[in-house]
Amino acid sequence: MPEVWVPTRLQSLTGGQQRVRVPGRTLRQVVNNLERDFPGIRAYLCDEDGEDITPGIAVVIDGLTANMGLLEEVKENSEIHFLPAIGGGTD
Amino acid sequence: MLEYKPNLVLSTKEYKVVGTRPIRHDGLDKVTGRARYGADVLLPGMLHAKILRSPHAHARIKRIDTSKALAMPGVKAVLTAADLPQHSDRLADMGEGATSNYRFLSDNCMASTKVLYKGHAVAAVAATSPHIAEEAMALIEVEYEVLPSVLTAEQAMKTGATLLHERLVTGTALMGPSGTAADSNGTNVGKIIEFRMGDLEKGYQEADVIVDRKFSNEPVHQGYIEPHTCTAMWDAEGNLTIWVSSQGHFQIRDQSAALLKLPVSRVKVIPMEIGGGFGGKTLVYMEPVAALLSRKTGHPVKITMTRTEVFTSTGPTSGGTIRVKMGATRDGRITAAEAHLVYEAGAYPGSPLYGGIRQIFAPYSIPNSYLKGFDVVVNKPKTAAYRAPGAPQAAFACEQVIDELAQKINMDPLEFRILNSAMENTRQATGPVNGPVVYKETLQITKNHPHYTAPLKGPYRGRGVAAGSWHTGGSGAASAAASVNADGSISLVEGSPDIGGSRAAMAMQLAEALGIAAEQVKPSVGDTDSIGYTTMTAGSGATFKSGWACHEAAQDIKRQMVARAARIWEVSPEDVEYKDAVLRHKRDSELRMTFQQLAARLNATGGPIVGSATIVPKAMGDCLGVHIVDVEVDPETGKVDILRYTVVEDVGKAIHPSYVEGQIQGGAVQGIGWALNEEYFYANDGQMMNNSFLDYRMPTALDLPMIDTVLVESDNPSHPYGLRGVGELPLIPPLAAIANAIERAIGVRITQLPMNPARILEALEAKENRRSATKK
Repeated sequence: MPEVWVPTRLQSLTGGQQRVRVPGRTLRQVVNNLERDFPGIRAYLCDEDGEDITPGIAVVIDGLTANMGLLEEVKENSEIHFLPAIGGGTD
Repeated sequence: MLEYKPNLVLSTKEYKVVGTRPIRHDGLDKVTGRARYGADVLLPGMLHAKILRSPHAHARIKRIDTSKALAMPGVKAVLTAADLPQHSDRLADMGEGATSNYRFLSDNCMASTKVLYKGHAVAAVAATSPHIAEEAMALIEVEYEVLPSVLTAEQAMKTGATLLHERLVTGTALMGPSGTAADSNGTNVGKIIEFRMGDLEKGYQEADVIVDRKFSNEPVHQGYIEPHTCTAMWDAEGNLTIWVSSQGHFQIRDQSAALLKLPVSRVKVIPMEIGGGFGGKTLVYMEPVAALLSRKTGHPVKITMTRTEVFTSTGPTSGGTIRVKMGATRDGRITAAEAHLVYEAGAYPGSPLYGGIRQIFAPYSIPNSYLKGFDVVVNKPKTAAYRAPGAPQAAFACEQVIDELAQKINMDPLEFRILNSAMENTRQATGPVNGPVVYKETLQITKNHPHYTAPLKGPYRGRGVAAGSWHTGGSGAASAAASVNADGSISLVEGSPDIGGSRAAMAMQLAEALGIAAEQVKPSVGDTDSIGYTTMTAGSGATFKSGWACHEAAQDIKRQMVARAARIWEVSPEDVEYKDAVLRHKRDSELRMTFQQLAARLNATGGPIVGSATIVPKAMGDCLGVHIVDVEVDPETGKVDILRYTVVEDVGKAIHPSYVEGQIQGGAVQGIGWALNEEYFYANDGQMMNNSFLDYRMPTALDLPMIDTVLVESDNPSHPYGLRGVGELPLIPPLAAIANAIERAIGVRITQLPMNPARILEALEAKENRRSATKK
């Protein structure tokens, strides 16, 4: 199963776990399964409609920046990071 | 006389066009003055607008009376925030990872209820001449209730501090919402970011030496030569055209459309030549104002900032403080490191905090780490991106601590860095593992460089080194369209504004793919109606992403030309190949046609060929730069002279080496200015005291030696031609490299920027006092 690295300030939602494994073949499935296991986490990762990653968050999967949003494919052993995007002074 | 050291090539790939140094396509226009910059726009009936700005750092706007200004002959319209559409706190993606809260963005263009910094816009006047507009500004009456101001993050974070935004909430997750909430009690902290890796305390226990220091810096400006300028025309059909020099005309379109609540199809932005940006020309300041004044008057309206307005009313980078604690063993292994970063965001949330957090420990492999950062609003101009946003000040802190640790264990500072260098698959302090990088090789090349091995003699002289790494994700979308002309030339349209010679680099990548000369390609930057969406020339990404789009557009051309040749020869396309600008049948040597010959026949054989492509790269990868600098300190005046400066940088592949060298030299020089002289100097009331180039001291050619460059060509596997982003990295190491050199020269570690003569003298005096006290 893909491994999600939980951002430090969201680890209160995962009972302090820094890394969790959830199934999913797309980022959408991974986020939905994260929400199933750790209710409330999706609100921090996705926009209000749940259709896109929250602006300002970069998702890095296996070292590559996801550029297809929640449609991004995820492999069986992928490592997924939710990071702030380097935007350079706007917010 | 500096010794010339040729570039280091770790890759063996050979190219015909890439890596050469053709004359830039726009060079003649630039040197003869024919190139048209933003302020060169002149339209029939054009009005000129000026913006009235706040004299206070923090005040409530109680009343604005524009009647006297409106009555002045020649004045056509006056505008205040009441004329701008209202916005919610919706967070919007502005491209390249940047986000914006439209309410804050709109309020920064024109203050609504409060002014939050001196220079904040409060009203605008459009008149038949700039002089009339300026006179009319004096007739606008603004009644302020002046409020206490907070000018540093330290003040702003104190309990009971004056709040800039009474309902601001702190971002709680990654970037956080950075907005307001009706039930919030307010805060000046816009965001907190935190990362933890391994066991910090265990790491410190394993250390033999620990260094713990706090560093500080003031805001500095990008210092581009061309002030902001824009011209807007709102026509009778409701379409808005904006002429502007910016780093991303699509972003100017999107931001203007959003603030004006227009569909993007109603807004066309025409990119003008740009006289420097360095990250500072990525946001709207005047565009929505000029647009609304145009709608009010029915005339085109131009606004051009003065230099003082550029300083006081656009976005510098953050001031702030950084504390770094790091431990190492006596044999030179870093065991633990932590950093606490406090970045001033200016008047609205959104400093380049994550750039600092992401990069501060990135050059090294550190098993136990902790990073925490605060984004804090203060009564200063809203910060904007500045070349490697957030990273130079972080490197100033980290690389001095690294240097001090090396001193404590009596190890060569480069050897210490090599021992702890991150490599491919090293896990970063922020989580992800590195892709292919050549950090260790770049450090080793630096250690072997004749500058580093040459003796440096004389009193008050010192040599310093510092490293810095920079990461970019994909840098966003890019589009290119290339039309084959009958004479065998190509008209290339792409979407990245050309700041540092990128037209030539785009043309070269297209030419390489087609096997033609760079001179056969005529590159231009299309407006927002002429080319597909392209994100900003920022994030060191234009040559990478738009160059890749050009490469793909060339593949599209090749596919179409193969099909056309096959039709002409009445054979299957599978039997035709394209190589080195020649089309040939794979088995029949009689069937052969050059690119130029086929180009001449296109219109008569089925019509023109246009190749196009849009790409969104996933990763550009990480690269390392290492700077060596020799300084001499004058103990009488405190002045620091740069004697010699060398930059060694992994560039992947230099498409046009002259422009890569230029980027590196320019970045190093900006860093020298930031290190030694540049700062926003404020009076206690929030007034910037040095808001002209006379008093804001940037280095000139007379202050500097030649900046020697070594391009390490490592061949980045993430790009068709192996290049890496090079624009931002050279600004990261200079601050620390110079600080380390000063330490070697005078035996004092300077932890505050800038390291100007007054600060050097202060440090020397303190050192002398310590020595005297010890003797007593």
